[in-house]
Amino acid sequence: MTRLVDGAPPLSAVQLDRIAWRRRQSIRSILVAAASTAVLGVLLVVAVTGAPGWDRVRASFLDPSIAADALPDILRGLWLNVRLLFFCALGSLALGLVIALLRTLRGPVFFPVRALATSYTYTFRGLPLIIVIYVLTLGVPGLRLQGMPSVLVLGGAALVLTYSGYLAEVFRAGIESVHPSQVAAARSLGLTYRQAMRHVVLPQAVRRVAPPLLNDTVALQKDVGLVSLAGPIDAVRAAQISTAEHFNYTPYIVAGVLFVLLAIPLIAVTDWVTLRAARRQAGR
Amino acid sequence: MTAVLSCQGVRKVFGEAVVLDGLDLDVAEHEVVALIGASGSGKSTLLRCVNLLEEVDDGMIHLDGAHITDPRVNPDRVRRKIGIVFQAYNLFPHLSVLDNITLAPVRVHKRRPAEAREQALALLARIGLAEKASAYPDRLSGGQQQRVAIVRALVNSPRLLLLDEVTSALDPELVGEVLDLIRDLKADGMTMVLATHEMTFARQVADRVCFLDAGRILEQGPPEQVLDNPVEPRTQQFLRRLAPA
Repeated sequence: MTRLVDGAPPLSAVQLDRIAWRRRQSIRSILVAAASTAVLGVLLVVAVTGAPGWDRVRASFLDPSIAADALPDILRGLWLNVRLLFFCALGSLALGLVIALLRTLRGPVFFPVRALATSYTYTFRGLPLIIVIYVLTLGVPGLRLQGMPSVLVLGGAALVLTYSGYLAEVFRAGIESVHPSQVAAARSLGLTYRQAMRHVVLPQAVRRVAPPLLNDTVALQKDVGLVSLAGPIDAVRAAQISTAEHFNYTPYIVAGVLFVLLAIPLIAVTDWVTLRAARRQAGR
Repeated sequence: MTAVLSCQGVRKVFGEAVVLDGLDLDVAEHEVVALIGASGSGKSTLLRCVNLLEEVDDGMIHLDGAHITDPRVNPDRVRRKIGIVFQAYNLFPHLSVLDNITLAPVRVHKRRPAEAREQALALLARIGLAEKASAYPDRLSGGQQQRVAIVRALVNSPRLLLLDEVTSALDPELVGEVLDLIRDLKADGMTMVLATHEMTFARQVADRVCFLDAGRILEQGPPEQVLDNPVEPRTQQFLRRLAPA
């Protein structure tokens, strides 16, 4: 007799039959999935490699020797992307949180602060990133001020300005999703508005919006490359230079593959956090 | 003996609806007052006004002789002396049971964390929930959550405890454990004002029952008088409607 736990009653014939049937079903599902994947894969390969222009495309997009030649420059550019991503992500998260908090302040004294924070999110969500980058990296140095930071820093600032506008709205949505009864409970215990925000509202809000915050970070990862418009050489710009040298598009494919590889850990973390949040809400 | 809580002519209006209409109520030290009355009669609103979660539209509320509805009074200082427990518990879901209880002592009353923790554990042991100290609220039954919410309010040693329909959201078999705890508090001499639908409980624990109708206290007195021999027709009607339940 099959027993699940020592001491548990033996399973009935009906239950054993159910278990056997489910096992047969799952084996069948795996076989069907494998077969359909194989068929689709073969069809794709045949369709692409069988196309009349395949040899030309392969020569101009998938040349291994050019890929090897371009790789060091592209990697050097990618290192710039990684550094920029790190600092810009931290900067936008911090600035976004501050702006979201300023928008929640009450009282007449804070009216100008509230209005400023609100117009900030309107402006920088509406303004194309490329224009912000141009204004900061080309316009601001034109002022010829003392101690002007490098173009790279100015470009990073443009990214932070734009992305903190988006992140501020995500944070605000999180803050507003915390039920007012939580604030009432905190205030009734004698916590000040600021303490209630810090210890009760924000921890719950940030947990709730972690998935969309990380999602915006993944988008930022692709946009950091736009600072190359102002001169610094990122991975895409390095690929562009290499493409012009070889008169071959393979470097773009190399850069594309590297970007996907870079995004995988971040996307995996996002999925994991989303899953955990869903589990938590289900009370497991 | 001066009153711990004294409400004089308290008025509260939501839009067109007059919820409290010049209500007077004094509560003496160690006294337990039960507020009864139909939904919308103003029981919860009165408690929320006392805790300054709602602003009164007229009248005055005094706590230990101090005028607390003066807009120049810092509401945070007043709330530190008053505990309130809500119908829906309102525990903080992101904090463990222990952290729910020690949040205010540590952050508001600036007590040493170790000391606050010890006191919280002792109180949890008293209500039989010591082994749940590190659990999160969603792992507790409704009755356990409500008992933790009561302890969370008690740990600040309030002068006055307000209980707003604390058993209304509970399954019938869980009501008893919460009522037992409140009975213990009465034995300890805690001054309490409770809004309730549980007439049996009001009878057992309250020194005085107040029947609220249309934003005023229409009738008040010892439980046996108000619940068994009400004078006012509105009170009689209200209690008759409850009788079959």
